[in-house]
Amino acid sequence: MSISEIFHKARAEDRSVLIGCMPAGFPTVDDSIASMIAMHEAGCDVVEVELPYSDPVMDGPVIQKASDIALAAGVRTRDTLRIIEAVANAGVPVVLMTYWNPVEKYGVNAFARDLAAAGATGMITPDLIPDEAEEWLAASDEQGIDRTFLVSPSSTDERIAMTVANCRGFVYATALMGVTGARTSVSRQAPDLVERIRQADRDLPVGVGLGVGNGKQAAEVAGFADGVIVGSALIRCVLDAPDRETGLSRLRALSAELSEGVRNPEK
Amino acid sequence: MTSVLPDLAGHFGRYGGRFVPEALVRALDELETAYREAKTDPEFQAEFQDLLLNYAGTPSLLYPAKRLSAKAGAEILLKREDLNHTGAHKVRNVLGQALLAKRMGKPRVIAETGAGQHGVASATAAALLDLECVVYMGETDTERQALNVARMRMLGATVVPVTNGSRTLKDALNEALRDWVASVDTTHYLLGTAAGPHPFPEIVRDFVGGIGVEARQQCLDQIGRLPDVVAACVGGGSNAIGIFHAFVPDEGVALYGFEAGGDGVRTGRHAASITGGSVGVLHGARTYVLQDDDGQTVESHSISAGLDYPGVGPEHAWLHDTGRAEYEPVTDAEAMSAFQLLCRTEGIIPAIESAHAVAGAIRIIPALTAELGREPTILINLSGRGDKDVHTAGAYFGILDEVETLVPGEQE
Repeated sequence: MSISEIFHKARAEDRSVLIGCMPAGFPTVDDSIASMIAMHEAGCDVVEVELPYSDPVMDGPVIQKASDIALAAGVRTRDTLRIIEAVANAGVPVVLMTYWNPVEKYGVNAFARDLAAAGATGMITPDLIPDEAEEWLAASDEQGIDRTFLVSPSSTDERIAMTVANCRGFVYATALMGVTGARTSVSRQAPDLVERIRQADRDLPVGVGLGVGNGKQAAEVAGFADGVIVGSALIRCVLDAPDRETGLSRLRALSAELSEGVRNPEK
Repeated sequence: MTSVLPDLAGHFGRYGGRFVPEALVRALDELETAYREAKTDPEFQAEFQDLLLNYAGTPSLLYPAKRLSAKAGAEILLKREDLNHTGAHKVRNVLGQALLAKRMGKPRVIAETGAGQHGVASATAAALLDLECVVYMGETDTERQALNVARMRMLGATVVPVTNGSRTLKDALNEALRDWVASVDTTHYLLGTAAGPHPFPEIVRDFVGGIGVEARQQCLDQIGRLPDVVAACVGGGSNAIGIFHAFVPDEGVALYGFEAGGDGVRTGRHAASITGGSVGVLHGARTYVLQDDDGQTVESHSISAGLDYPGVGPEHAWLHDTGRAEYEPVTDAEAMSAFQLLCRTEGIIPAIESAHAVAGAIRIIPALTAELGREPTILINLSGRGDKDVHTAGAYFGILDEVETLVPGEQE
């Protein structure tokens, strides 16, 4: 199922889409595949696979640490594509989140081709803005890959309009001015940002990320957004667990809690 | 033609640009607007020039290094940026940017630092202009450079040791960017070199560009002509772009940038992004980067902390590709040999960074002499003084035992 179809289906059910993030190869290739499948089984509609990168400037300490562990274990770009393929083959809708340099180094056209072949439906680019994305716009069009750029509370209305016009699938609204990581409460800037996005484009689904970590917060965000994006809180389930089984069971429990949240939006 | 670069989107040919989270775009736009206004505002320029003249101690001297010249077989002129307040060219950039921060109404500045020189310079400017200052520094570097950490704290800055990644300069830069994403409303990121996202490479170049403007005029005044070669060390590249820029239109003047070759480019243990790296995107710009086959940043190595960075400013990438400037690596051993030579011939202890420029300049003399049919005239940017490097150099030359015997309290 494409991302657009997933969002349409959720809209029909009057709920939001739950997008759960996990770095590829964390803590090992096989473990990350197991985590992603478990997240989907327990209620994540979409799995966002993050390609581990040495200099993740949009990410807070949890994702940095998980990425470092994956890189130290020797995970390569090819492994990330292999993980996407395994997870997609298990019936999980997958989008990739990646910083730009690994894509540029791989070759933009070759990357788009291999990403599509692996079965990913979309790609999120935290440090690529449409202004610099000419090659990516062309390559993603050719391969039919959905493009998600970020918008932020600091974005002007003009930039929001320009950015959503270049998105396909959904747009990623960063709920606050900051990096990834769970927060104690949902940002008050988020509803306003989502409203500004809707004024630019009524149809494009809006996913909200940054700072969402539990079912209550998921329900709150689901009250005004089409998608709820959760990363650090899920990753911490694995990072803090004493062993693999505990990690998977915590991951399932949190995914289920978040899934319950997006199904009961606070209106 | 060169004067119109970067283009409106901050590109030098295919280099530069803005590879940043959208959250930072507004701050970069505001910075660009504020800078354009400041650039043509006589009041801002007067304030900047006044600080440069009466506080930083510029114009720095252009010194004909006669004994070094005789030893090396060339006419060598040293642009003495080491004599500036805080001991390096960097004071020009921090004063300019701190004034911009004031102008934008931002009461807080953040900075990244490797060896601590840019951190100290930032803390200095912040103290002078009454700004809050937070400096991010890799934990490994805070341990290696405890004295500079103390300097920054004396000046009232908060030093934050960065404990993620490789715990060095590149991670300090990442952490400063993360801070900025969360604090742009109140904070200016006082970037330390002519790199990063547009408009930083242009702003930093312009603020340090006085080096080349002064040196060019000093050459005309003192020797009646321009030099054959302008040489500088290149890490991020601010001192090099600072002295190169005024000479770019002078076609008869060759520009040489000397990168940190570490143990030798072939060993993989170096910081020579242009001569030993490849094109990629790092810290907000497309440029030459030290990276592996997957585009992951590779750690750099150099005896000089100030050159120990896996990227380079985008304008240097462009000057390299167009052939307007030559870039060559200089190993640790070559740099230290030149360091010693300058100490002994001229009584000048240079920063190890600047010693790379001296070493590279000396190396190209025979070829230049053959090409010109006479002794070449070489202008070297002596970008900083070596006080901060006494421990490193002392250990390198094995003379610390003697120092410790004489001054027991000074050992680390």
